[in-house]
Amino acid sequence: MSDKIPVTVLTGYLGAGKTTLLNRILSEPHGKKYAVIVNEFGEIGIDNDLVVNADEEVFEMNNGCICCTVRGDLVRIIDGLMKRKGKFDAIIIETTGLADPAPVAQTFFVDEAVGAKTKLDAVVTVADAKWLKDRLKDAPEAKNQIAFADVILINKTDLVTAEELREIEARIRGINPYAKLHRTERAKIALDEVLGRNAFDLDRILDIEPEFLHRDDHDHGDGHHHPHPGGGLKHYHDEEMQSVALRTEKPLNPDKFFPWVQDLVAKDGPSILRCKGILSFKDDPARFVFQGVHMILDGDHQRAWVEGEKRDSRIVFIGRNLPEEKIRQGFESCVA
Amino acid sequence: MTDSRADTASLTDRIRAIKAGAPVFGVHFLGDVAVFVLGEEVLLFADAGGERRVGVHAGAILAAAAADWRIVTGGDDGRLVATDAQGNQQTVATDEKRRWIDHVALGPDGAVAWSAGKTAFVRTGKGEVRFLDAPSTPAGLAFAPKGLRLAIAHYNGVTLWFPNYVDAAPEKFAWKGSHLGVMFSPDGRFLVTSMQEPMLHGWRLADGKDMRMSGYAARVRSLDWSAGGGFLATSGSDQVILWPFQGKDGPMGKQPRLLAPAQARVGVVACHPRQPVVAAGYADGMVLLLRIDDGAEILARRPGASPVTALGWDAAGARLAFGTEDGEAGEAGVLQL
Repeated sequence: MSDKIPVTVLTGYLGAGKTTLLNRILSEPHGKKYAVIVNEFGEIGIDNDLVVNADEEVFEMNNGCICCTVRGDLVRIIDGLMKRKGKFDAIIIETTGLADPAPVAQTFFVDEAVGAKTKLDAVVTVADAKWLKDRLKDAPEAKNQIAFADVILINKTDLVTAEELREIEARIRGINPYAKLHRTERAKIALDEVLGRNAFDLDRILDIEPEFLHRDDHDHGDGHHHPHPGGGLKHYHDEEMQSVALRTEKPLNPDKFFPWVQDLVAKDGPSILRCKGILSFKDDPARFVFQGVHMILDGDHQRAWVEGEKRDSRIVFIGRNLPEEKIRQGFESCVA
Repeated sequence: MTDSRADTASLTDRIRAIKAGAPVFGVHFLGDVAVFVLGEEVLLFADAGGERRVGVHAGAILAAAAADWRIVTGGDDGRLVATDAQGNQQTVATDEKRRWIDHVALGPDGAVAWSAGKTAFVRTGKGEVRFLDAPSTPAGLAFAPKGLRLAIAHYNGVTLWFPNYVDAAPEKFAWKGSHLGVMFSPDGRFLVTSMQEPMLHGWRLADGKDMRMSGYAARVRSLDWSAGGGFLATSGSDQVILWPFQGKDGPMGKQPRLLAPAQARVGVVACHPRQPVVAAGYADGMVLLLRIDDGAEILARRPGASPVTALGWDAAGARLAFGTEDGEAGEAGVLQL
């Protein structure tokens, strides 16, 4: 259906292991070619791939939306890379350790030319198992990167105890219960866990249950078997960054829902990092799915509700100091 | 649904089709030779004697400008190359960090400007190279019609630089937002930029007065001045939008002229060098010639498989070359008027 070039965004605080992961991706014998957008030349050296230097220029848009920013350098670089279309299979963007992922993601929704040729695949965040806990306290960028992620690698697990690892996992879950979590050493991971995720593809929004409820096994074929926290799972509530998940079995009225959600992101967009939803509208045979980054919403009918499928509406917001009660009441007022 | 323009006068039988074999990003004439700028590596030369391909870059061609006897191209190989109508090449500059050459402009007396990273460079007609660091990565360059003055478009405005006056501070024209392309009016009175948002911004140079030109459906990627400079023709909508620049206030307080509404978006415009006529290339592959005074239309090319991405007139206005985005078929051609 789409011949758009997939784009993976690699984030992570300084020293977490982004470059190690990038080098691992590039050097695996996958037979694919990547165009890689980095901030510093030199640390990666793969002849086969196109490597472009970026400058992280964050530009505000003149559309009356204060949090609507794009990465001007990406608009320019992707335009240039498209002249080489056919020479690479995917694009990987490595951000600096202090970068905010939102302008990167928004570039793909706001710039028509970029959105026509490429599609955002996923935001992958590498976290340092030993130091993330400290960074969550003193570095707002690190917290942003965790909150924004679709996939999180807790890296350098060999440098911490099992207890410390459970602790950091619970801290991450307190901020972002929805990302796919992996424990790694030296960023060792199967590539299909970080590439080709389709995390921003509306057709792939199938399930927005918190990830830790799945209890899937974190065996990465690396010979180690990581025991699951099991009954000892800790729950942390991050005081600043959290998620709000809402659900109702009553069908929603679209004429109430859309004005409400648009007004919500218009007012609280700066503090809402990501949102996602699967909705059941009254007298509508099809599921409606949507997702958003700050004030930018993207939604469509996905498929018909299947016979016997539970027709409920679920919606999730991840953000900073979210007005949970206000969101809850607003959502409940959208019932048909 | 495509636009057949069944009742429109047609010149489509005068096209000489050219198989470009790659997406065409620009086309220029050097005398009688049409030079198609392909996406990667190659310039395609077409004249009465046939076609030939000349490799000029080891990678993508990111920018091109042509004047007089040469076309100057910037590549992602960090090189700036001048090529003449015979295909002879000369490397004008090589970026020492091998950065992309993002933009190229040609000026009076053989001056050449280019940008790489945040730096804009000018090589004067005498061969002296000067440079200026812009506040953010230049997104467009244009020489003023007179004197050695270079406009550099960037985030939050335009810097007007006088490369020959080392002591003179560059002039700044500020307007919030990301400015992507820049042009002087042919009389040098106005400066116009295209922005990240679907709008144009302009300044009257004499007093710095701002002008906003908006109402577009998409980012304006193509702008050109009509013969004599009376109108600025623009892409970015499903019709050609022409802003009037005749009076001392330019388009301020005036409505644009709207020509040739169609079912597809205008992607590229090119004004006839002598007559009040503009050629418009549409996203459905159609090319129309439009008389600016009354909007009369002539069909130059029927809709095709892919969007028109390049249009260029020869100096006399006797031939119009066009190119499209479709790589494999590489539909392109030259229309003899």
